[in-house]
Amino acid sequence: MARSAFQRLLGIVGVLAVLTILGFVILPAAVVTLAAFNDKAILAFPPETWSGRWFAKALAYEDFRSGFRNGFIVAGCASSIALLVGTTFAFALDRYSFPLKRTLEAVLLSSLVVPHFTIGLGFLILAAQIGWARGFAVVIACHVVLVLPFVLRSVYVSLRNLDQKLELAAASLGASPARVIATITLPLLAPGLVGGWLLAAVLSFNEFTASLFVTAQRTQTLPVAMYNYVREYADPSMAALSVLYIAATATLLIVANLYLGLGKVLNVESRR
Amino acid sequence: MQPQPFLRTFVFPAALCALGFLAAMATVLQYSLRAYVPGSLEAGGLSFDNFSALLKPLYARVFIDTVWICFLTAACALLVAYPIAYALVHAQNRLIKAAILIIAVTPLFLGEVVRTYSWIVVLGNNGFINSVLLKLGLIDRPLQIMFTTFAVVTALVHVTLPVMVIMLAAALAHIDPSFEKAAQSLGAGPVRAFLTVTLPLSTPGIIAGVTTAFAWTFSAFATPQLIGGGQVNMISNLVYQLGLASFNFPFAASLSVAGLALTFMILSLLRVVARPFEKFGPH
Repeated sequence: MARSAFQRLLGIVGVLAVLTILGFVILPAAVVTLAAFNDKAILAFPPETWSGRWFAKALAYEDFRSGFRNGFIVAGCASSIALLVGTTFAFALDRYSFPLKRTLEAVLLSSLVVPHFTIGLGFLILAAQIGWARGFAVVIACHVVLVLPFVLRSVYVSLRNLDQKLELAAASLGASPARVIATITLPLLAPGLVGGWLLAAVLSFNEFTASLFVTAQRTQTLPVAMYNYVREYADPSMAALSVLYIAATATLLIVANLYLGLGKVLNVESRR
Repeated sequence: MQPQPFLRTFVFPAALCALGFLAAMATVLQYSLRAYVPGSLEAGGLSFDNFSALLKPLYARVFIDTVWICFLTAACALLVAYPIAYALVHAQNRLIKAAILIIAVTPLFLGEVVRTYSWIVVLGNNGFINSVLLKLGLIDRPLQIMFTTFAVVTALVHVTLPVMVIMLAAALAHIDPSFEKAAQSLGAGPVRAFLTVTLPLSTPGIIAGVTTAFAWTFSAFATPQLIGGGQVNMISNLVYQLGLASFNFPFAASLSVAGLALTFMILSLLRVVARPFEKFGPH
């Protein structure tokens, strides 16, 4: 079927619209990159002199370094716990029936719609009431609740797409339930598990609002350290750190896309 | 009934998490009903004063502003995200598809602080936009873009865009392309085929996207705090101010509870409004 002039025009307008919107998405990242290489401490576009000294300053700044370490601990623990809890529960949700099944699911998923400042405030007061010090345990507990829905969804989708005949075959050959799970189910679920864990780790590492409430100076994560920096200083160290952040995240996503198929993890790939 | 090996072992950790979460929420609820004792971190006895104080014009105003900002953000994000989601699903070239996906999704993983800071650099008085306009001679002195609702909504749309794209693309990807082809073979133009077939079929994605965008915007803190700079306040800013600056935890808790009630009210309202459209769903 020949395309009319109108259809061609429509196509061009569509492409232009998409390019404009993608430009809007990239704009802040591009501008921040320009600002990061500016030699002067005050913003100027385009920068008059260029330098990489803000990167050195950002990397040497103690709060950023400890924030990175703390964030690493919190994200590592929270996402691993969430993976364990999410995987076992997704399995029970998919295969078993038990009392309060839907209620439990609804409670765990509801942390998606409860504002993070409410969750943060809740954990802060709760920790104070039961006499927990504001250490890592509170931060990790809070993060587990926040990232659990994402792991749950990722593992649940993989479980649904899993061919149960393979498990039945193993069971009919005499494998015990534990052996079936260990040798058939878990290996088949691996991409979903890795995807879910990675998603949880990245989200936890970047979580800010709830972290602001539950962290103390000693447990402050990187986003909290960055927030405090932006409030106090205006030099481009923050821009330099942002550039590193953006580069690391984009690289991670490109790699994840190559190995895991981001489209599948996010469920936006057409099935046909 | 089939055997259910490890049932208890599998459900117990999740139950523990749910319990912790519910306990935290219950603490907020309990604190919202207690009196504030100035100068003390401990709350006083049972009192409804916190909730009656919420009706003061100062706080009512913040509630209205919050809902308005959430509404604007969700609507703008929908308009901006739809073409991207459509292009993502319909792009033929794998490389273009991957590029759109990565560009659209990267901001989701940057966190609120990095994105908000980037927007400050773009919108600030000696930021990118003002510098460009000054160089071009279009303006004589910097425009005041920061600390306006416009600036806050712009940054918030940028924050919610990735989720919206993911939700819309998931819905669009599951629509059978032969429906649109059928409409076109029956004589509908591409615009009409889109408006009468694809758009209605994507309503579940639109509803999911708008709902999530609304809830996420409601939860936003760094963006209104840093870009709004005290001129544009949302409930989150007030809760932070009262909780961590004034240590008035009971009032911060009652604000949270009221905010939560408001979120659930609006989300259920959205669901009721959306119900007639759900029959268009692909499943």
